Amino acid sequence: MGLITFFLLVLFAITSFYLGYFRSNRVRVIEKQRPFSLDKYYGYYLAIWSVVPAVIILFAILIFDGFIVKNYVLSEFYSQGIDQSEISLLFTQIENTRNGIKLFNSEDEIIVNAVNKLNYIEGIFEITSIITVFSVSSLFLLYGYRKINLNFDARLIVEKFILIGFFLCSLIAILVTVGIIFSLLYETVRFFSQVPILDFLFGTNWSPQRAFVRDAADAADIENAFGAVPLFSGTFLIAFIAMCVSIPVGLLTAIYMSEYAKSSVRNTAKPIIEILAGIPTVVYGFFAVITIAPFIRSLGGSIGLDVSSESALAAGLVMGIMIIPFVSSLSDDVISSVPQSLREGSYAMGATKSETIKKVIIPAALPGIIGSFLLAVSRAIGETMIVVMAAGLVANLTANPLEASTTITTQIVVILIGDQEFDSPKTMSAFALGLTLFVMTLILNFIALRVVKKYTEKYE
Amino acid sequence: MENKVKVCVENLNVHYGEKQALFDVCMDINQNEITALIGPSGCGKSTFLRCLNRMNDVIDICKVEGSIKIDGQNIYDKDIQVEKLRERVGMVFQKPNPFPKSIFENVAYGPRIHGLAKDKTELEEIVHTSLKKAAIFDEVKDRLDETGTSLSGGQQQRLCIARAISVNPDVILMDEPCSALDPIATAKIEALMEDLKKEYTIIIVTHSMQQAARVSKKTGFFHLGNLIEVNDTETIFSTPANDKTLDYVTGRFG
Ligand SMILES: Nc1ncnc2c1ncn2[C@@H]1O[C@H](COP(=O)(O)OP(=O)(O)OP(=O)(O)O)[C@@H](O)[C@H]1O
Ligand SMILES: [Mg+2]
Repeated sequence: MGLITFFLLVLFAITSFYLGYFRSNRVRVIEKQRPFSLDKYYGYYLAIWSVVPAVIILFAILIFDGFIVKNYVLSEFYSQGIDQSEISLLFTQIENTRNGIKLFNSEDEIIVNAVNKLNYIEGIFEITSIITVFSVSSLFLLYGYRKINLNFDARLIVEKFILIGFFLCSLIAILVTVGIIFSLLYETVRFFSQVPILDFLFGTNWSPQRAFVRDAADAADIENAFGAVPLFSGTFLIAFIAMCVSIPVGLLTAIYMSEYAKSSVRNTAKPIIEILAGIPTVVYGFFAVITIAPFIRSLGGSIGLDVSSESALAAGLVMGIMIIPFVSSLSDDVISSVPQSLREGSYAMGATKSETIKKVIIPAALPGIIGSFLLAVSRAIGETMIVVMAAGLVANLTANPLEASTTITTQIVVILIGDQEFDSPKTMSAFALGLTLFVMTLILNFIALRVVKKYTEKYE
Repeated sequence: MENKVKVCVENLNVHYGEKQALFDVCMDINQNEITALIGPSGCGKSTFLRCLNRMNDVIDICKVEGSIKIDGQNIYDKDIQVEKLRERVGMVFQKPNPFPKSIFENVAYGPRIHGLAKDKTELEEIVHTSLKKAAIFDEVKDRLDETGTSLSGGQQQRLCIARAISVNPDVILMDEPCSALDPIATAKIEALMEDLKKEYTIIIVTHSMQQAARVSKKTGFFHLGNLIEVNDTETIFSTPANDKTLDYVTGRFG
C-alpha cells in the first residue's frame, strides 16, 4: 500500500494547496480587500491540514497493524492452547508460505487456511486504512477551508507549524543519543553484574580471551581479565601524541593561511590540505606500517633505542597527520571571521603583524579554535583503523611510546570480530568499553566548554 | 602667528585597483592645530586620513603615490618602520573597534607593546590618565575589568580615543569620532581636542559643519577625490574661493 498511498497523499497535498490558494484569491476578489497573508500561505495551510493528520494516522496504522493481523490469524491457535514459542514459529511459517517460500509443511491444511486468512485480513486492512486516512484528511481539509476568510492569518499558523517541524528534528537527534546510551547501558549493567566495576576501571590486566570458560574454577580469572586501565592509558597516549602533531601544525597552518598567505596560495593550498581528511584511514594505516614505523625503528636503532615494530608513536604520528585538516580548516575559518576592524585597530596602535595575531586575533578566535581542537581530540580517541594496523592489539600498560599499545576502540573491534556468544562477559565488555568511551568524551566536552566560556572574548 | 608645518602632503594619488580615490592632493598641516576635513560621502576623506599612518598598506589593492612628509621625513621611504610611524600617528576609526578585551586591557594595549610602562603602577597611571583625557573615566572607573565591547557605541568610541592617546602620539587622526555620540559627549570630545592640540597635531574628518567651525583652525574641502580648497576655517565658511565649497558649506548640496 506504501507507494500508492504516498502518491495519493502528494496529489492530495497539491490539490489542497491550490484549493487554499484560489480560495484566498476569491476572498480577495469578492471582498475587494487584501487578506492577512499572501495567497500561497493559505495554500500551505490547507496542505498541512490535509497531510499531517493523514501521516500521523498512517504511522499509527503501521505500528499497530502487524500486531492486529497476527492476533487475528493466530486467534484459533491460541484457543487451542499451543504454547507461545511454537505459535511464533508457526507465524513465521505462515508468512514464508505466503511469500512463496516452500516449506516442508506448506501443504498442511492449517497453514493453507491461515495463509488465506492472512491475505484476507491484510487486504481489508489496506482498503480500510486508505479510506480512513483520506476521509479523515478530507474532514480536516474541510475544517481548514472553512476557516479561511478575510481576517484569518494563515502565515502565522504556517510559521508555528514550521517551528514544530524544527523542534521535532532536533528532538530526533536527542532521542537517538538517549537511545544509544540506553542500549549501551543495558549491556553494560549486565557486564558489571559479572565483573565488578572497580576491577574493570582500575584493573591493570586486559586479556578477555581468557574469560571463555565460566565455571567456578575460572571465576577468579574472569575478574582479573577485564582490567581496562591499559586500554585507557593506550588511548590517551596515542591521542596525546596525535594532538602533539596536529595542534601546532594545524594551528600554525591556519594562521599562515588566513593571515599571511596570498589569496592565490590559499585557494590552492587549502583544498590540498583538506584532501588529508578525505584519505581513508586504512590508507593511513598502510602509511604508518610501511613508512613511518620502519623509519622510527631505524631512527631509534641508530641512537641505541629499542623500538618495537608496532608502536604507539607511529600510530600517534600518523593519526596526528590525519587530524591536521580538522584543526587547520576550522581554525582558519574562525580566524578569518575575526573582523578586519580589529586588525586595523591593532595595527594603528603600532603593533606588528605577529603581535596582532598573538594578542588580538587568537584571543578573539579562541572559542572556535578550542572547538577545532575538541573535534580533533574526539577524532583521535575514536580512531580505530590506524591503531589496529600500526600500534598493535596487545594491551600493554606502559607510558613508553616506543612500545606496542592498544586503544579502547581497537579492543571493541577485536572483541566483536567473528562469531560471538552474545552473553559472554567478553562480548559484553565491548559495551562497557563503548559506554566508558562515551562518558570520557562527554567529560572532555564538558571541560572544554567551561574553558571556552571562561576565556571567550566576544566581538561584534 | 603661524604654526610650524607638521605634515606636508604632495601630489598624493591613491588607487583602489583600477579606481582612483584621490587626485593630486597637496596639503600642509600645521603643528598644534586642529585641521578639519569635510566633504560629501565617498569623496576620499577616510582614504586621505589612512594614508597619513600608512593604514592603506593593509589593503592589497590600494596603491599610494606621492609624498607625505611628517617632520620633513617622507613616511613612504623604504627605511621608515611602519610600526614606529603608527606609534607616532595615532588613529581613531570611523566605526568604534575596541578589542574584545577588558576596558583596562584595551587602553593598556599600546603601552604594553611599546614598553612605555616600567611596572604595573605606571601602566595603571597611563591607563587612568588616558581614560580621563578621553572623558570616559568616570563612567567606567568601577568596571575596568568588563569587556570593552559591552560599552555603548559612544562609550566605545571614547574608549578608542583613550586607546589612541595612550601611547602619546604626535599626530592624532580622527575619522568622524563624534558620529555616534550625543551632544554632551561630543562637547567633551571637542574640549578634549582643544586640550590635546597643545601637545598634538589633530586631523579630524567630520560631517558636521558646526563641529568643523567650532574646533578647527583650518578646513579642507574634498570633492570626488580632489582637495578643492583648504584655508582658514573662517574663510572656508564665510567667503570660500570655490563655488562648490560655498554650495557645500551652505548646505546646497552634499
Ligand atoms: N577598501 C576599499 N576598496 C576599494 N575601494 C575603496 C576602499 N575604501 C574606499 N574605497 C573607495 O574610495 C572612495 C573614497 O572612500 P572613503 O572611504 O575615503 O570616503 P569618505 O570620504 O571617507 O566617505 P564617508 O564620509 O562616507 O566616510 C570611495 O569611492 C570608495 O568606494
Ligand atoms: Mg570615511
